[in-house]
Amino acid sequence: MALLQISEPGSSSAPHQHKLAVGIDLGTTNSLVASVRSGLTSVLLDDDGHSLLPSVVRYVDDASIDVGYSAQTAQSTDPLNTIISVKRFMGRGLKDIDVSTQPYHFVDDGMLKIETRAGIKSPVEISAEILKTLKTRAEKTLGGELVGAVITVPAYFDDAQRQATKDAARLAGLNVLRLLNEPTAAAVAYGLDNGAEGTYVIYDLGGGTFDVSILKLAKGVFEVLATNGDSALGGDDFDRRIFCWTLETSHCSPLNAGDTRLLLTKAREAKEWLTDHASAQITCKLSSGDVIDLTLTTKQFIELTQTLVAKTLTPIKKALRDAALCIDDIKGVVMVGGATRMPQIRLAVADYFKQTPLTNLDPDKVVALGAAIQANTLAGNKSDSDVLLLDVIPLSLGLETMGGLVEKVIPRNSTLPIARAQEFTTFKDGQTAMSIHVLQGERELVADCRSLAKFELRGIPAMVAGSARIRVTFTVDADGLLSVSARETLSNVEANIVVKPSYGLSEEQILAMLKSSFGAAESDKNARMLAEAKVDATSLILAIKAALQQDADLLSTTELAAIESQLQAFETLTQSGDAHAIHTATEALNTATEAFAAKRMDKSVSAALAGRDLTTLEI
Amino acid sequence: MMREEYFELFELKPSFNIDLAKLETNYRAIQSASHPDRFVTALSAEKLASMQTATLANEAYLTLKNPANRAKYLLSLQGIDAVKETNTHMPAEFLMQQMEWREAIDDAKTARDVTALESLLSEMQQAAKVLQTELTSLIDVKKDYVLATDATRKLIFIDKVCTDINKIIELIE
Repeated sequence: MALLQISEPGSSSAPHQHKLAVGIDLGTTNSLVASVRSGLTSVLLDDDGHSLLPSVVRYVDDASIDVGYSAQTAQSTDPLNTIISVKRFMGRGLKDIDVSTQPYHFVDDGMLKIETRAGIKSPVEISAEILKTLKTRAEKTLGGELVGAVITVPAYFDDAQRQATKDAARLAGLNVLRLLNEPTAAAVAYGLDNGAEGTYVIYDLGGGTFDVSILKLAKGVFEVLATNGDSALGGDDFDRRIFCWTLETSHCSPLNAGDTRLLLTKAREAKEWLTDHASAQITCKLSSGDVIDLTLTTKQFIELTQTLVAKTLTPIKKALRDAALCIDDIKGVVMVGGATRMPQIRLAVADYFKQTPLTNLDPDKVVALGAAIQANTLAGNKSDSDVLLLDVIPLSLGLETMGGLVEKVIPRNSTLPIARAQEFTTFKDGQTAMSIHVLQGERELVADCRSLAKFELRGIPAMVAGSARIRVTFTVDADGLLSVSARETLSNVEANIVVKPSYGLSEEQILAMLKSSFGAAESDKNARMLAEAKVDATSLILAIKAALQQDADLLSTTELAAIESQLQAFETLTQSGDAHAIHTATEALNTATEAFAAKRMDKSVSAALAGRDLTTLEI
Repeated sequence: MMREEYFELFELKPSFNIDLAKLETNYRAIQSASHPDRFVTALSAEKLASMQTATLANEAYLTLKNPANRAKYLLSLQGIDAVKETNTHMPAEFLMQQMEWREAIDDAKTARDVTALESLLSEMQQAAKVLQTELTSLIDVKKDYVLATDATRKLIFIDKVCTDINKIIELIE
């Protein structure tokens, strides 16, 4: 984070300086980057004036990578090295996807990977290429280094998929301010534009994911009441229905990878054409010389896809039930995602909610715009339209218990951040280790839920069976990401946790990838580390001094003296050239001010409550 | 850390019958001041304080908002664990009622009859309302924590069955 503040020594903490932050919609089909400039939110364009970046990555050869339109044009001529819809593979294993519809050479490495001519690539690395392209675009347009980015994810993404997205951003060199749920981002853009208040449903059908969120919009606070969805349902599936129909109708023999891609592209074009026309022509010449020439009518298209449309209604019903609401409680339905342009979707939604859905914002851009607004707020740029977003965890978290059953620890739709503790005991005399299996999902059997991680608790003091008390605490942060800690409460021994992510990259793998992508000489690295440590230290000193100026009265004379003397010693140390020592002292000083920070928090909560009392009185 | 007691946190008097609007307003005020989104670029000590306060506020809000949880929490302030395994006392008439409900649910489940399940749901919600009136009197007025524990256990049972019914409806649909 420190890196980004290097603008001008001394002035970097100036309160009025606008910090460059962006919102990124990392979509299945297309990705976008948007930003707030002089109070206006807009999508940033590439050199050719395009706002969308097709989420397509092509490994051209060992050294060069194409992303976007240029990669997209090669998808039927170089299908094995041109990766589309990589979002569908994020945080997934090979068994999670239907390999038969994909042209790639998959590698099963715990998590799924793809063999390309540039080597074996993970979905995280491939997504990082898309993010890098958007980062470059943003820095060029905005004229400076980014403080950070808000990256959107489908609300229904599980922990593994979220973690993979965050890893991809790290690999792309982005500082992630927050992972934001796509429907929530859309609500921000929509609500602020329309000054909406009340309970709204966001219906978000993207290229490969479907989300529904129910939000209560009130002045200053957007509260997600419930979310549901299907992280493997999207516009792509409508293309595939047309594709299958084409194969059946034209009695084609099995296709090669290039022809499959060609026909899928034709299917997508037909789908888009049918939005405004009564019939579409599907014409193409296959590599075998066979010619396909078919007419698809709107009526046929609706019949082909009616089960898909119906599939989106089930999550809506579930979300309404979870929020304890009925259709009459819903003030409006906001349509998000390019796939909601299909007339049969709009009709189905209108029919279900007995009202015309809201489509006045561009369904392709609304998520990126909302993310940009939130990025601007999170980066600390003051604006009149700051809203607080209270989001939820989409899927329950649980633990494996006896007999392969899952016991829920955190139920779905709990407001974040949340922490829950669970107590365990030992099964055998003298047992010093136990393994804990964390799962996500709503089903009762371990086999039906997603395995997030297996933990080994070691170092439990040897006791009689059943007498140890091991308290495992699950914490889900505002990004929706889980962390786990454990302690034996009788002896107060902190147990060691060995985390083995069931999917995704380990910390070592990420560090190795970052290292190889920077490839900087050791001396450069040290200089960089020292510069970073010093900037970190300087901002810490400034922030503590500012806090003391404001709230020194919260501390006793002894507490104040302790912090001041530590601060003085720290200032002297920062003059040294020892990056490691500065870094260690920074952490120590941070820890030393925790109690002070808690008191300040207490004070601002009291002030917020008092402020609330005043406004109530005024009314 | 700050005010650990849930009622105090929201500036409410510990009672079963609470001002839900005030609970919500104060919850939002606390979240506005403490949510991690307000501290994204702050120092790690401040981030920690934010995380702890926002988490506490969420847990406290969830506990006080739901009547069964609120009653259970009020009893815990009196040193009573309403769901303790040894606390199995339940009047015979309620046990009969429980069995009738369970049978009706099983029948509706077998018949995949969503309408029947939904009418069972509203019947149980009606029963829950009666219990809530009882609890207001038992906890807030009479301070009869023994009878309040019985009523709380019934309310928790009804909550659980309602969750089960919703799950069954979800499976059928």
